Amino acid sequence: MNEVALLIAATIASGTPLALAGLGLLLNEKSGVVNLGAEGMMLVAAIAGFAATYHSGSEWVGFGAGALAGMAMALMFGVLVIWLNTNQYATGLALSLFGAGLSAFVGINYVGKNLGEHSTYEVPGLAQVPFLGEAFFKQHPLAYIAAILTLAIAWFLYRSRAGLVLRAVGEAPESAHALGVPVRGIRLAAVLAGGALCGIAGTFLSVVYAPLWVEGLVSGRGWIALALTTFATWRPARVLAGAYLFGGVTMLQFQLQSEGVQIASQLLTMLPYLATIVVLALISRNPTWIRVNMPGSLGKPFYPGA
Amino acid sequence: MLSVEARPQPSAAMSVVSPLLALALTVAIAALLFWLLGRDPARGLGVFFVEPLSTRYSLAEVALKSTPLILCALGLAVCYRANVWNIGAEGQFLLGAISAGGVALWVTTANIGAPRGVMVPVVLLAGIAGGMAWAAIAALLRDRFNANEILVSLMLVYVAQQLLNYLVFVPWKDPLGFNFPQTKTFVATTLLPNLLPQSRLHVGFAVALALVAIFWAFLFRSWGGYQLQIGGLAPAAARYAGFSARASLWGAMLISGGMAGLAGAMEAVGPLRQLTPHVSTGYGFTAIIVCFVGRLHPIGIVFSGMLLSMFLIGGELGQSRLGLPNALTGVFQGLLLFLLLACDTLIDYRVRWRRAAPAQEDAQVSAAGAS
Amino acid sequence: MIDRSKRFWLTTQLFAAASLVLVACGKKEEPPPPAPAPAAAAAAKAEPLKAAWIYVGPVGEAGWSFAHDLGRKAVEAEYGDKVKTTFVEKVPEGADAERVIRDLAAQGNKIIFATSFGYMEAMYKVAAEFPDVKFEHATGYKMSTNMRLYDSKFYEPTYMAGVIAGRMTKTNTLGFVGSFPIPEVVRNINAFTLGALSVNPKVKTKVVWVNTWFDPPKESDAAQSLLNGGADVLLQNTDSTAVLQTADKNGKYAFGWDSDMSAFSSKAHLGSCIANWGNYYKKAIKDVMDGTWKTERTVWGVKEGQNDLVKIADVVPDDIKKKVEEIKEGMKAGTFEVFTGPIVDNTGKERVAKGQKADQEWKDKVDFYVKGVEGQLPVAK
Repeated sequence: MNEVALLIAATIASGTPLALAGLGLLLNEKSGVVNLGAEGMMLVAAIAGFAATYHSGSEWVGFGAGALAGMAMALMFGVLVIWLNTNQYATGLALSLFGAGLSAFVGINYVGKNLGEHSTYEVPGLAQVPFLGEAFFKQHPLAYIAAILTLAIAWFLYRSRAGLVLRAVGEAPESAHALGVPVRGIRLAAVLAGGALCGIAGTFLSVVYAPLWVEGLVSGRGWIALALTTFATWRPARVLAGAYLFGGVTMLQFQLQSEGVQIASQLLTMLPYLATIVVLALISRNPTWIRVNMPGSLGKPFYPGA
Repeated sequence: MLSVEARPQPSAAMSVVSPLLALALTVAIAALLFWLLGRDPARGLGVFFVEPLSTRYSLAEVALKSTPLILCALGLAVCYRANVWNIGAEGQFLLGAISAGGVALWVTTANIGAPRGVMVPVVLLAGIAGGMAWAAIAALLRDRFNANEILVSLMLVYVAQQLLNYLVFVPWKDPLGFNFPQTKTFVATTLLPNLLPQSRLHVGFAVALALVAIFWAFLFRSWGGYQLQIGGLAPAAARYAGFSARASLWGAMLISGGMAGLAGAMEAVGPLRQLTPHVSTGYGFTAIIVCFVGRLHPIGIVFSGMLLSMFLIGGELGQSRLGLPNALTGVFQGLLLFLLLACDTLIDYRVRWRRAAPAQEDAQVSAAGAS
Repeated sequence: MIDRSKRFWLTTQLFAAASLVLVACGKKEEPPPPAPAPAAAAAAKAEPLKAAWIYVGPVGEAGWSFAHDLGRKAVEAEYGDKVKTTFVEKVPEGADAERVIRDLAAQGNKIIFATSFGYMEAMYKVAAEFPDVKFEHATGYKMSTNMRLYDSKFYEPTYMAGVIAGRMTKTNTLGFVGSFPIPEVVRNINAFTLGALSVNPKVKTKVVWVNTWFDPPKESDAAQSLLNGGADVLLQNTDSTAVLQTADKNGKYAFGWDSDMSAFSSKAHLGSCIANWGNYYKKAIKDVMDGTWKTERTVWGVKEGQNDLVKIADVVPDDIKKKVEEIKEGMKAGTFEVFTGPIVDNTGKERVAKGQKADQEWKDKVDFYVKGVEGQLPVAK
């Protein structure tokens, strides 16, 4: 039983950075902008956060630095895509590539640095509850923040006026513009928010999860997070579910390996990816559901009236 | 204050100047970076831009490395013009290598005596089929289940990598290979013939150039290509005109999958001559950059393929000649793409100096909408 | 886009022409050095000996490539201005390797070291074209008149780590995070387990494969999953400190690998299995300088100072430390062989008879787990 509890705990930890990045990208995409540069943003934030934590001794300073780094990268992207109307997919890819190179370059001096002893977290009292305590209440605060953020974003998008405006911008920017909504400003805000969250996710990897810096640390999790947004059909709760699914199957396949299950490890390693595809296929079957949720102007440039 | 305003019509001059400007800016920033790193900027630039082109052998290497990039990018250009976002060319590349390698391995172990003129096309066709099959999965899931092709094709990349791993570690492992993950080296009749003596350049490069012409004709002179592109540019109009969105989807995915598969096959029976876990160095992803830098145009793709190839090789040379960190290559590639995209906007917009500061739109924006 | 196609052709032609002009205006690169002079007994020439290394990963501060680079630096320290070293890192083990190796040979390097298995075919091909250059390949199996092999007995310090692990474990479960199921890694898993069994017959080892040499978050996940499964001492042969640090986070034990990782965790680190490639590299350079270079396969271990288990933690009890010392002395004297029978695999089949010592060929081909390791290796029919 304890093993199941530990598996749940590991799933949550593993899924948290994916969820945070995925939620950020969700906000991005709800405004109609697709940012393929998630991997680059996470990498730059990871090294920024690592360096900040190393020099300041506090991981929260690191998270702040990571968020700022993510926002800076997102700003570059945002200006190009929103004001200069460059192709969103290409610009995002450029961001990814640039971020990979930049982080590797800047991080050269931080490889092999140690962040020192770091704190373990548990929720006082609740952590001692048998099974549930082990499973849910010994996580890093960001895991809880990710869950709370999911609810907050869902509320924001579907219950608040501001969220309605954001969705309107994503659905039909021309109409929103005609109504006097500052479409480009809102898109930029969404892009920056997305950058900040991706930044926090990246820092989580380098400061909490690994915790170390080497080039390529993020190892593709930015792309997974992007995929998750699509998987989630743009609904926040599904982003969280997708992140946990992916993290959970990853941990599960390791568990199966260590139990000595007779399937080749390479095939087991495929499992998280296959699982994501299968679940996506199942939940996407209803085209109306997709149309309802996918922002209508996703990927398309916006020209505020000629 | 600076403002960006739309031009009444796209500027012809800028569409010529823009890529040159982007390249010039990249070169300038590169020179600055070299100087900051304490290296002679001219020498640094020479290593990236001159040396890869300086001898017959090195030029052949640039061409060799650009072959898979060009092939993949051609397919992706068709895909992206049709608004089908295949991000999984890397996976299709690997499946092409696996299929072609599988056939070549079978020929090698079963001692089939067919001549090269028969074997090589068979092997390459197997590669194309493999890439198409892999892309077909994404197409099918999008067609039947509305599953977004970005996610499916991307996930399938990781699956393909593990599949290759599995094959070279278990069933296809060379029994005389001391248990290392690799297949036997393929028999000579399955290998691509050489194009340029004393170099590694194989006929694949010639095939790629031929395909450039074919793709150009397909995109700009054929009815099918026209349909695909209209489907991408104006889907409502396409539907109205009766163009089948489904045919576009399948056409785009199969073409790009097939091309990526062909590229993978050529790597396996070209320079590598066996299957190992390291068939690809990310060609499928770099090809996406090549595609965009080449502006989704077959001729542009040739040049951008060669350019990116030069960057990659220059990165290696930069290390061995100047002790530059490998990370620099990624920085340059990303920078070039960014600058190209930025400069391209000058085709449709111009920058003006205006007196009055525009009301909203400055950097500090809060998440709340306006009332 | 359609109507710009013709304009674009012109554009790109101008683009290509202009870029070549732009660049040609810069200083010309020095002419490539003359073709390699006939080798003969090189001995003391005014010209320093040029030696090059290629690495599969970034040098960084820890790990496989870092350890090799330390070896390169040892050569520089030893020979001063009699050698000039170069290295290229992150060379992919595929078609690109051939180009890099050929370029290094053409640049006048007289000896080239390729530090990963995947470079074998490429090096073999290039070696045939540069008969005057010496090529050295790590962990492979192909040789020729000017290409030879070197390898390291990682299993020796791994065995010693196993001895420590066998005593330090409280749950009698050890964990191993493996990169790829190649013989060398399997050999290490076996050595680790045999070492542990020698002090604790109840021990068992769980293995998880990450199928990559380097992916720190995944290595962390794998380590966590082993710990969740009850393991409390971990070993890995992946390239980062992630496993060690995950063990630290969980209050368990682990080892460093390839290089000294003691700085990364004070509580969890029990010892680091390292390779000192410097000794071999210095010998290889000397061989070229003296003209005594010959084709052979050199596998060095603790005896030659090539491998070691360093920075053994204070928490390890004295009697175990003493036992490890004794084993080390035995290895240095050449009397202690890790794979001495009886060795039984985990299906019960005997692999090495009692009292027999496994030979090099047996060790090269290891494709099974010894008793005590859980699971089975997938084997080709």
